[in-house]
Amino acid sequence: MAKDNNNMETIIRTKQENEGINKINKVVLQTDKLTKKFGGLIAVNNFDLKVSQGEISSLIGPNGAGKTTVFNVVTGIYKADGGKVIFKGEDLAGKKPHQIIKKGIARTFQNIRLFSNMTCLENVMAGQHCRSREGTWSSVLKTPGQKKEELEIKKNAENRLKQVGLWKWRDELAKNIAYGNQRMLEIGRALATNPDLLVLDEPSSGLNDKESEDLMDFLKEIIKDNLTILLIEHDMNVVMGISHWVTVMDEGKKIAEGLPEDIYSNPQVIEAYLGKDEEEKE
Amino acid sequence: MKLNKNINQKNSIFKNWLVILVAILFIILPFIINAYWVDVLFFFGVYALLGLSLNIVLGEVGLFDLGHMGFMAIGAYTTAILNTTFGIPIIVLLPISAIAAGAFAWLVCSPIIHLRGDYLCIVTIGMGEIVRLTLNNNPFGITGGSNGVYGIDFPSLGSIFVIDNSTKFYYYIWLIVGLTIIGLVNLQRSRIGRAWNCIREDEIAAESTGIDVRYYKLLAFVLGAGLAGVGGNIYASKLMIVSPESFSFMESCMLFCIVLIGGMGSIPGVLIGAAAISLFPEVFRAFAQYRMLIFGVAMVIMMIFRPGGIWPRKRGAFEFKPLLMKPGEENG
Repeated sequence: MAKDNNNMETIIRTKQENEGINKINKVVLQTDKLTKKFGGLIAVNNFDLKVSQGEISSLIGPNGAGKTTVFNVVTGIYKADGGKVIFKGEDLAGKKPHQIIKKGIARTFQNIRLFSNMTCLENVMAGQHCRSREGTWSSVLKTPGQKKEELEIKKNAENRLKQVGLWKWRDELAKNIAYGNQRMLEIGRALATNPDLLVLDEPSSGLNDKESEDLMDFLKEIIKDNLTILLIEHDMNVVMGISHWVTVMDEGKKIAEGLPEDIYSNPQVIEAYLGKDEEEKE
Repeated sequence: MKLNKNINQKNSIFKNWLVILVAILFIILPFIINAYWVDVLFFFGVYALLGLSLNIVLGEVGLFDLGHMGFMAIGAYTTAILNTTFGIPIIVLLPISAIAAGAFAWLVCSPIIHLRGDYLCIVTIGMGEIVRLTLNNNPFGITGGSNGVYGIDFPSLGSIFVIDNSTKFYYYIWLIVGLTIIGLVNLQRSRIGRAWNCIREDEIAAESTGIDVRYYKLLAFVLGAGLAGVGGNIYASKLMIVSPESFSFMESCMLFCIVLIGGMGSIPGVLIGAAAISLFPEVFRAFAQYRMLIFGVAMVIMMIFRPGGIWPRKRGAFEFKPLLMKPGEENG
């Protein structure tokens, strides 16, 4: 345990430090030699990732690089074949997704997964499930404690729904609202779990430029609230616009990490995305 | 916003009146209809109770359970055997039957709960059939084989109040159905009901939203089976005999139809479905030989024109009244 704590204290360079503010951030989430295999395919290979407190970290890479697999291992949907995931000094090995979310990691999905036939408000209320505790019998009998908790859930849901700007759609079924709104609703549902770390899988895919920009502003806004964000993203404008730290992945391995501006000009990264220019070499 | 609120209020007032009207209708019905129809309505009540119990599993959580009669059989036989051999009063056996059926559900569903859709359906069919065949084969000489167990007492509170005629049984079953409905409506509007619906909508998203999918699925099975056990207890004491053929696969299918006809996850829908299944054969007794034909055609037509059921559950405004919103503040 003591060793893990030391790990957590690992200090990494941050953008702020670079700018001379000298703010030192703790590592919230860390993967240590993470490996995940699907049959003979090694999807994630000895992958190390560090996410520091209060920052927006991005995980980028070409299609099939294993980014979503990393997310799925971190959130407990897949079991790692090797290595560790350490969150706030605690090894998450063997934990189920609903236990991990209770520890404070909430996620969204690349292809939006909402509870389509439930209203927007209900979707957000469902997010608070792990932060409420009333059981079956108190719900059947509608005890005062249960009523109070239910009211609390509704109030929190209302605040979250207003935060993501969907309050006027509260009674609409989630499947009926616009695509961009569905994305925001999914983020709202994840936020309703009161996470410490928000893991977003391609939040801007399918959004137009205006919506992407709004999303960036929104993410910049919410990290002020003692939140940390890890995101997978394809849209380079978004990555470069909001990330404090970027990790690049290709074929399951980490090929680079650093500040956005360094990554932008890193030859290895460009090669991974565009491939080597064979003709020029000849 | 004011207008909005008025609509909500009107909706809920209309709903309350409807509930009160239906309740009054059920209370005065035995005075206007003859004993035969009171009995028919008793069985409507039993089907309603069983439909509600299956609705938890099938309607709320979306788990295909085609062996639900197996749970009812466990409840009915628990009542029958304990009453005839040890003379334990039926009323005392009511919760015991529920617990027995619930415990059985927990035992057999724990290893299969991760199965999805059709796979779970097949396993539950097998489970229901195993229960029926076991009862038929008279293990340890306690279930009486295909003759079943007979000579079951009427439910009674000491010797003062005995439920011994059709009218009393009618009130008894509908009192229990009424209490069950209140409990289930409360559940629907709680975090438990929401968790169940989330699992039905998207299992992976539910798990990633912090819902213990396995626990809530098992909970649905155990509660559903417990309610079916209650149904079994009442059924056994009404007929005074239980035998394996009452719990056939066909009956499980009928329960499935009740939930599908009414609308998955809708409590009024289940009542309508139960009415359709239990009253239909009585109304169409004259055309007895075409009954299944008409029933089949009706099912097909219904599935084409109202795939969501006759009275699907509506979600929306009147279930969630705005709490913090001030007048004029419409956008979030």
